[in-house]
Parts: sequence; C-alpha cells; structure tokens
Amino acid sequence: MHFGVVVFPGSNCDHDCYHVARHVLGGEASYLWHKETDLPALDCVIIPGGFSYGDYLRAGAIARVSPIMWAIARFAAAGGLVIGICNGFQVLLEAGLLPGAMRRNDSLRFVCQPQRLRVDNVDTPFTGGYRKGQVVDIPIAHAEGNYYADPDTIAELEADHRIVFRYCDGDGRASDAANPNGSVANIAGICNREGNVLGMMPHPERAAEALLGSTDGLALFESIAGAVAGR
Amino acid sequence: MAELAITPELVDEHGITQSEYDRILAILGRTPTFSELGVFSVMWSEHCSYKSSRSHLAKFPTEAPWVIQGPGENAGIIDIGDGLACCFKMESHNHPSFIEPYQGAATGVGGILRDVFTMGARPVANLDSLRFGPLTDPLHRHLVRGVVAGIAGYGNCMGIPTVAGELWCGPSYQGNILVNVMTAGIVRHDRIFKGEAAGVGNPVMYVGAKTGRDGIHGATMASEEFTGDENQKRPTVQVGDPFTEKRLLEACLELMKTDWIVGIQDMGAAGLTSSGCEMASRSGTGVELDLDRVPQRETGMTAYEMLLSESQERMVLVARKGFEDQIRDLFHRWDLEAVVVGKVVADGMFRVRHHGEVVVEIPADAIAEEAPKYDRPFEVPVPDARLDLTAVPVPKDLGAVLLTLLASPNICHKGWVHRQYDHMVRTDTVVLPGSDAAVVRVKENGKALALTTDCNPRWCRLDPRLGAMHAVAEAARNVACSGARPLAITDCLNFGNPENPRMMGQFVAAVEGMAAACAALETPVVSGNVSLYNETHGKGVDPTPTVGMVGLLERVEDHLSQGFRQAGDGIYLVGEDRGDAGGEIGGSEYLSLVHGQEVGPIPVLDLAAEHRLHRLLERAAAERLIASAHDCSDGGLAVALAEAVLTANVAGLGAQVVLAGEGRADCLLFGESATRVVVSVAQEQAVGWEAMVGAADLSWQRLGEVTGDGRLHLRTAGADLDLSVKEMSAAWFGALAALLDR
Repeated sequence: MHFGVVVFPGSNCDHDCYHVARHVLGGEASYLWHKETDLPALDCVIIPGGFSYGDYLRAGAIARVSPIMWAIARFAAAGGLVIGICNGFQVLLEAGLLPGAMRRNDSLRFVCQPQRLRVDNVDTPFTGGYRKGQVVDIPIAHAEGNYYADPDTIAELEADHRIVFRYCDGDGRASDAANPNGSVANIAGICNREGNVLGMMPHPERAAEALLGSTDGLALFESIAGAVAGR
Repeated sequence: MAELAITPELVDEHGITQSEYDRILAILGRTPTFSELGVFSVMWSEHCSYKSSRSHLAKFPTEAPWVIQGPGENAGIIDIGDGLACCFKMESHNHPSFIEPYQGAATGVGGILRDVFTMGARPVANLDSLRFGPLTDPLHRHLVRGVVAGIAGYGNCMGIPTVAGELWCGPSYQGNILVNVMTAGIVRHDRIFKGEAAGVGNPVMYVGAKTGRDGIHGATMASEEFTGDENQKRPTVQVGDPFTEKRLLEACLELMKTDWIVGIQDMGAAGLTSSGCEMASRSGTGVELDLDRVPQRETGMTAYEMLLSESQERMVLVARKGFEDQIRDLFHRWDLEAVVVGKVVADGMFRVRHHGEVVVEIPADAIAEEAPKYDRPFEVPVPDARLDLTAVPVPKDLGAVLLTLLASPNICHKGWVHRQYDHMVRTDTVVLPGSDAAVVRVKENGKALALTTDCNPRWCRLDPRLGAMHAVAEAARNVACSGARPLAITDCLNFGNPENPRMMGQFVAAVEGMAAACAALETPVVSGNVSLYNETHGKGVDPTPTVGMVGLLERVEDHLSQGFRQAGDGIYLVGEDRGDAGGEIGGSEYLSLVHGQEVGPIPVLDLAAEHRLHRLLERAAAERLIASAHDCSDGGLAVALAEAVLTANVAGLGAQVVLAGEGRADCLLFGESATRVVVSVAQEQAVGWEAMVGAADLSWQRLGEVTGDGRLHLRTAGADLDLSVKEMSAAWFGALAALLDR
C-alpha cells in the first residue's frame, strides 16, 4: 500500500498524513513536491490540509494550477484513489475534480474542535470499513469549511449518495446545532461520480491514534488499504 | 547623499538622554551621523538593551546539568535526552498590540517563532499569555477579538499548534494590554545554530522577505509610555505574512541540515541593525554591510529606514565562503530572496555603506558592551496586609458564589479562545488546551513536553516578591499535574515605568522572588524578555512577571490531565489550607469579585513542600497510581473540584466531597492557599497511592468520591453546596462567549 502525500508551499498536515500512512498503518509513503509533472507508482494520493499559498485569493485557488495537479487529474481519470483533506478538499473543488465551493464559516472564525460525523455512504473505497449511519469522532480545524453547491448539484449529490460524511450530533442527527460552519445539508465530505475521489473537511489523520483521543479516522486509511488490496 | 544634521531636538526625539549622547560622542570621537543616531536609538532602547533591568536579571539562576544554552542567545535550550533538546523562549508584543491588535499579536508570534527556528529547532508548540482591561469596555472586547484572531491567523497558517496560555482581565490593563507569546521547538544537540559572525571574509547574506518601511522605531515605541496619540504610531506596527514565514522556516531547516553556514540570526526588533551588531559582537569580529544590495519593496528608501525597518520574515546568515550559490538556490526554490549584503571583517566595526558612502561606522562591541546600564533607584515594596475578616461577611448562598466565580473572566473556560487556534496540527497534542498544562508528544523519542504559562498579577501587586515566587511555583505545579518534571523557565517581565521608584521596586522584588523560587524548584531561567514602560498617563500595569515553564515526561503514555475519569474513584487533596480562618482569601478572586476588595496578605508559600509535591506527582504518574490531577489556584478548592467535574473524561460524572477543617466556609472553599492539588485515584490504586503520599512529608486528606450523578456535593464547616453539572456548565462554558460575542 503506497500513499503519495502532496506538498505545496504552505502545506502543514503533510507530515501528519505521512506519519499515519507509514508509522500507524505501516504502509509505504512518499512526499510529492508540487512542481512534479508525473506521479510515481502509487495506490492513493493524499492532498493534505494546511494553508497552501497562504490561502491567497481563495483557499486552494493557486494550488490547483500547480504542475502536479495535472498529473493527479490524469491519475484520477484512470481510476486512481485521491483524497483531499481540509485544504486538500478546497484544492479539489477549485480544480473541478469535485463539484461545489467552500465559503467562510458562518461564524467568520477559525474553529478547531472534536466533531461528530455520520458516515452516509460506506460503498466507497474510503469508507468500506465503517457501518452505514455510523457516528464517528473526527476533528475539524478550518476557517473556510462552509460547503456550498447550487440546489441542482445538491439534489444530484443526494440522489447518487455522494454525500459521504455529514456533521451530526451524538444521536446521528444532522441538525443545525450540530453544524459547525453552516455548510449546506451539513455536508462534511463528498465523492465524485466514479467514487474514487473523496474530499472531506475533517482530519482523519488526527483521529488515528488512541493516544490523541479518537481512532475513528484510522478506519478510513484501513478502508483504502483494503480496497487497494482487493483490486 | 547628505544625511540630516544632528540637533538636540533630534537626539531627544530618538529617546536618547544627554548622558547617553555624551557616551556616543566618546565612543565615536565625533558627532554621529543621522543613521548612527538611529542605530544607537534602537540598540540602546530599553527593549533592546535592557538598560534598566540587566543588573537585576543577573540574579537569576541560569544553570543546571540539563541546560545547554542559557540566556544570551536567541532562545534557551534544555536537554531532553536521546541527543534531543527543547529550545524555547517567550516574548512580549504589548505596545504594538494595543495600537493594532491583529498585526501586533500576529507579528509577535512571527518574531518568537523566528527566535526559536534560528537556533535550528523546528517549532512544535505555541503558548500565549494575554491581559486586557475589563471586558465591559468595548475597546477591550475589540482588542481581545483582534489579538486572538492575530495569533490564530499567524500560528494556524504556520502549522504550529497553539496549545496553552492565559487570559486575564483587570483594570490596570485598561491603558496597556499585555500580549506575551512563547514558542517551544525541538532540535538535535549536534545541529544547534547560533547568531555568530565567525570567519573573516565570510559573506553575510540576507534571506527572506523584502525590506519596507514598516515597523521603523518599533523598538523605541516599545520603550515608551503611551500618551493618548497612539493612532499616530500605527506605522510603527509591523505587518506579518505567515505564508512567507512558513517558507522561510522550511528553507532554514533545510539549510541547517547542511554545513554551508557558520551563523544565523533572525531580524527582529531593530531589524538589520540589531542582527548585524549582535552577531559581530558575539564573535569579536566586525560586519560590513552594503545597503544597496538589500532587497527593497519600496523605492527611495534611505539608509536610516533600511537599518531600522522591522519588516518581518527576514534572517541574516553568515555563510561559509564558497557556498553562496547553493544557499541562493535553496532559498529561490522556496521563492525567497537570498542576497549577499556584506561580509565579516576583522576590525570589530559595524560598518554600513549606502550609495558608496559610509553612513555607519561604530565599534560593534561598544554598542553592546557600552550600552547604558542603569541602577535605577527603587523603593522596596511593603507587602499588603490590610485584610480584616470582620469586614468580610460570609455570603448566605455559597453555591451562588461558586457559580459567580465560575463565570468570572479570569476563571471561566477559555474555549472561545482556543477553538480559534489549531491546537491539533502536527498530531502531537496529547493533552489539549484547558488542562493545567498542555502535553506535546516528541515523536522522535516517545517522550513529551509539558508546557504552561502562569502569573497572578493581583498577587504581584499586593506582594511583588512573594507573588513572583508564586508565579514560578504555580507554573511548576501545573506542569507537575500532567505528570512531568518541571525543568526550566522562560519569562516575560511586564512592568511600568522603571524611572518611577515604586515600580522599579516592584521589578526588583519580583526578580528576586523568581530567583529564589527557581533555585528551590530546580527550574533555572534559560531565556526571557523584559517589557517596561507599560504605562499610560502615568498609570502602570500591575507587576506581571509571566512565567513560561517547560517540563518533561519520560513516557508520553504517563501523562495526566485535570478531569475526573470514572465514577467510584477516590478524590484526595494533597497540601493543606492555611490561615487562621481555615483558608487564605487575601488577594483571592473571591474577595475581589464578591466583596470588591483587593487586599493581602496573599497566601504563604513553602517552596520545600512545593518541590516535594511536584516530585510526588511525577512518581505517582509514572507508577500509574493516579487518574487525574488538578491544582488549586484562582477560586480555590471549590473551583478546582468544579473544574475537575466539568472537564471529566466522560459525561455524567459528579463528585461527593467533605472538606475537613475548622474555620469559615468561604475561606475553606474559595481561599487560594498554594501547594495544593486535587487528585483522583481508582479504587484498585488507593492502597498504593496512600502509601506513596503518606511517605511524602505532605499534608493530605481523602475528600470523597467521583460519582455518576452529574452533581457536585461539597460540604464543609456547616456549608452544604449542591450544584448540577448543567448549571455549572452554563456558567463556566458560556461566560466568555456571552461577553465577547455580543
């Protein structure tokens, strides 16, 4: 199982994703510098969190034209697995690999806290290890996590079950009170039509070791490894 | 190009006294140039030269077998085993933050980060100690929002978790807020870099962002009182760009893996001037600079402006001759400037050229060694002892008092602040903000750092010497409550006008108090900062010697936090109440908030007992005898118990407690006697724990049990409190948002 972790100027969670992939999961991991135009042989690309290009213009807006993004687009088109976490999700939206856009949190403030999510689609390679409707604890840390798409797009996402994670309360209710940033339909993560590209605002790499609190994020990495092994 | 002529008015505007000017004339043997006047102005400012404080700072203990680098370099360094070290320091950015809270606080973070990574350490944790005027004042609500947003904006973008700190409000900060920021980083022993200009002929290189006109005279501004025209000082506040600093951090750490440089220093207060002078002075060499080569983002900058600019995100390095191109390529890969701007020379001079002319030529040693050193007259403070218990009635509803205290800005939960900080990035924060100390794992060796900042300014006002001792003791106790051994401190000494003998007396007493506590607790001072002139219209801040303590856990798995863990665990109090009334309420939050009195005496402090308490907690944690530990401080035992319930590991816990002791119920419940910790212990560990604490030569009593009923039952001296978690939560968790989100 070989993960590639993209590094843009300003990426911060690259080390964290590498740590989980290599030292917690025990897989192989490589850093991918943003100026590369080709990818080595990989099973999954991780676009990590952080502040690529300082979030100048819009979060992810500049990263999306880095040379490596063309290689990642080709990789995804060929069926390769791609996961964008937090800033990585923002990059995927800007690059058009996922539909919709990110706005500032309703509170207009950065928010870092533990977060309950409901896993609404367990048929993706990223979520095969969860149960449908399972409530998990995976923390968030962002100032622009307010996902938006127009009503037609949302309807399409709902109909195709492409909303993979939703913000929820302890009982699994996707209520307003449980929504930390105002995102439409409490959307925390979505996937593309083919199901091989996932974008999510919460940080699964921060919930992969019991020492740090929750291990609910580890199942995501294990699901990916399982899906790859089964291919 | 002709420089401005020197007049007495110009000298005065530069904050240079007549005797200081005479000293300059003696050093140079001639009238200084305008640029030289600027150099002396910033290098001899209080902020850069410590002229009023140096003679007293020498009283600090600074050595121990685990200290690798004490005061004098960019940051302090302590050994944490396995060839690794922790590099840390605290800095103030008080004056800029009052003028422009977001950028003032943001650039404070930027500056302290550079002080740490210039030594070769990757920063792993930030802390912030913040003091404001009362939050009933809309200006101060604005300042809180701006400062917190600034620290968040900079630290989050850098990807360094802000894991602990303090927020305190008091009237003395109405005209001068305090923003103290601390950073800790990890470095290998054999990869430590210093600010040295060694090797005559070696090139001096400038790396990082371009130089502009921001921040000119920031150092001088930080060395003066405010007089009401602060808006005009806005250009003295620097503007930060964390994205540039993130690239600078990564580029520098990459550079430090090579052997291409002999010295590196960040450009902070007084920018190019201070880094050039300090590096030369430390090495006994000289530095020559050519300002024409300095990357500029404004046109027409004068030599004076370039020398004094405090533009952010810049470093000066001394390269090994021949490696300039490699260094340049490395920085260009990160889209940063890297230019040779000068060289190391043998004649000990700090010499600067602009447009072909020498505009500064000063012996580098003179700037540092002949900086004025003042032994300012001071009045020895008399500890306040005006408390008259007969004038303090015992309130009828002590439960209501507890709720009032829980909602006080100085006690309430600070989630409003730390939710804005990314405190989880780097996946090493094992104990999150909100406990007595933050615990940060060191992946390289499986150990962990425990970090906290502490100071009670009210106590320091009532009794500066003892209050400062308490600051060190409390910081060490907080670190010990996480199971760690306290090892060393950094500090930010925030005081008023040193030319005022009463305030100077507070400073001297505080330094002496800290020195005594550091010696007794074996936590030397390895770095720090002094911020004087925190005063407006002659009214100064309460003496605020902020202590930043770093401790070490030998095994990260042994860490503790403050919340109760499970129903059935026994609750113990280690340490005892003092005072004739059963508890010491002098200087307490209770006395101030409920009775409107701020009088002493403040609680006593037995440093030997305190030391035993810290070692006991470390041993008990290592042997897994205790489930949680929380020290008693603001609000006393009742607040400590409430907080342990409110931050419990699982929902639904409560506590049933009987506090033995004779005296007044309010003194027993809310007195802030020191050297006390509330500990919870699983039933199966009770025997082992009681044996260990029994042998520790400390008072202790079993208070009761953790329950599962979601209520705090607290009985003492005829008082019976019974509060639900729900009502305590509403007070404690909701207070700060209610004040700041309107």
